[in-house]
Amino acid sequence: MKITTITAAVLFTAGAALAGEVGPKDVVYAEGAIEASLSGAPGDAAAGAKTMTTRSLGNCIACHEVTALKDSPFHGEVGPSLDGTGSRWTEAELRGIVVNAKMTFEGTVMPAFYKVDGFNRAGDGYTGKAAPENFPPVLTAQQVEDVVAFLVTLKD
Amino acid sequence: MTKLKSIRAFAVLAVAGGVAFGGAAQADENAELIVNGEIKLVTKTAAPDHLKDAVDTIYSGWLFRETGTQAMQMDDFVNPGMLDAEAGIELYNAVDGTEGKSCASCHGDIAEGMKGLRAVYPKWNEAAGEVRTMEMQVNDCRETRMGAEPYKYISREMGQIVSAVSLQSRGEPVNVAIDGPVAATWAQGKELYYTRTGILDLSCASCHEENYGNMIRADHLSQGQINGFPVYRLNNAKINQVHDRFKGCVRDTRAETYNPGSSEFIALELYVASRGNGLSVEGVSLRN
Repeated sequence: MKITTITAAVLFTAGAALAGEVGPKDVVYAEGAIEASLSGAPGDAAAGAKTMTTRSLGNCIACHEVTALKDSPFHGEVGPSLDGTGSRWTEAELRGIVVNAKMTFEGTVMPAFYKVDGFNRAGDGYTGKAAPENFPPVLTAQQVEDVVAFLVTLKD
Repeated sequence: MTKLKSIRAFAVLAVAGGVAFGGAAQADENAELIVNGEIKLVTKTAAPDHLKDAVDTIYSGWLFRETGTQAMQMDDFVNPGMLDAEAGIELYNAVDGTEGKSCASCHGDIAEGMKGLRAVYPKWNEAAGEVRTMEMQVNDCRETRMGAEPYKYISREMGQIVSAVSLQSRGEPVNVAIDGPVAATWAQGKELYYTRTGILDLSCASCHEENYGNMIRADHLSQGQINGFPVYRLNNAKINQVHDRFKGCVRDTRAETYNPGSSEFIALELYVASRGNGLSVEGVSLRN
């Protein structure tokens, strides 16, 4: 009984910390796009650029070339260049692609950055060990928003 | 001599290219791998029949490395993996265990006794009724014939003995069997190859079939061929065995890995080896 109370308290605390946030399991897609901010707050484009070039975060440039991020070395070729992506896609479409690109491009190799279920042998980071229960998505809701805020600035 | 000069010229270009934007590290697809100026290895050939609907041509990972790294494998005095192969030859000749035997006691000189074996492993062992990797065969000999302790699957000694044995097949075409008694294991390996794992949700094919030749950050994606194993990696400065590399790759998909020596990795090794049927065994190759 006591344990149940504690669990409830923990859940409540976690829930409170994430007020206004859409959890990874509650994301709603419309044709692959996601209309509203996941964090309930606007994104910060500069922070998004950092997330995109940081290996332990989005590391988007591992696969995509982005001319505006040329200060960071080694851009990959696995995915298309993101130059002009803000002219080709709406903010909602870009959010959907960052969250789970497979909802837009079936069979893509691009990982889903805000997803916590449906994986085969989910791991605990890069340890090779099994993921703990309730492991977090690759990016937080706000980090996704930051990346989206940067991507919409990439106009032709 | 002219050749050496052009290699140097390319090496300089490759280094300069490495800091440039994008994939300047693409090595010459027609580069020839000739070790010690005399052993010519096949690094590019037609895909085996079972692979033809996926790729037309198979390429050794050597072709995807920068010219300076490539050059290191072309000279046994420069390739640090050769020291491990030499240590492996000593292990092969050393008596160990309760039976007072060495590998050589039964198999004779390593150059004769082990010739050609790397090219056909993993292979079916009729008596045991299982597919065996070279590591498994080494340990079976140690335990049942020598009365010696098995090596750890991934270990310095195992890496060395497998290096020594592989070297005796250098230059021979990979030719693992995929049918008959190994068919079920091969099919399991194929399934694993195309199955995505981890939070990044990637399969072997995601990188090594769909994207070989592309840069992923600073790495040039190869076809993931294992004809060069065991491989000396500059990255961790040691001999790397096949299952250790598999584990690293699966780990990098943010997955719970399989273990070296597991039935999954044995099956995957058989399948991946078969994708390289026709490429030369490189003995102890060298990669970054």
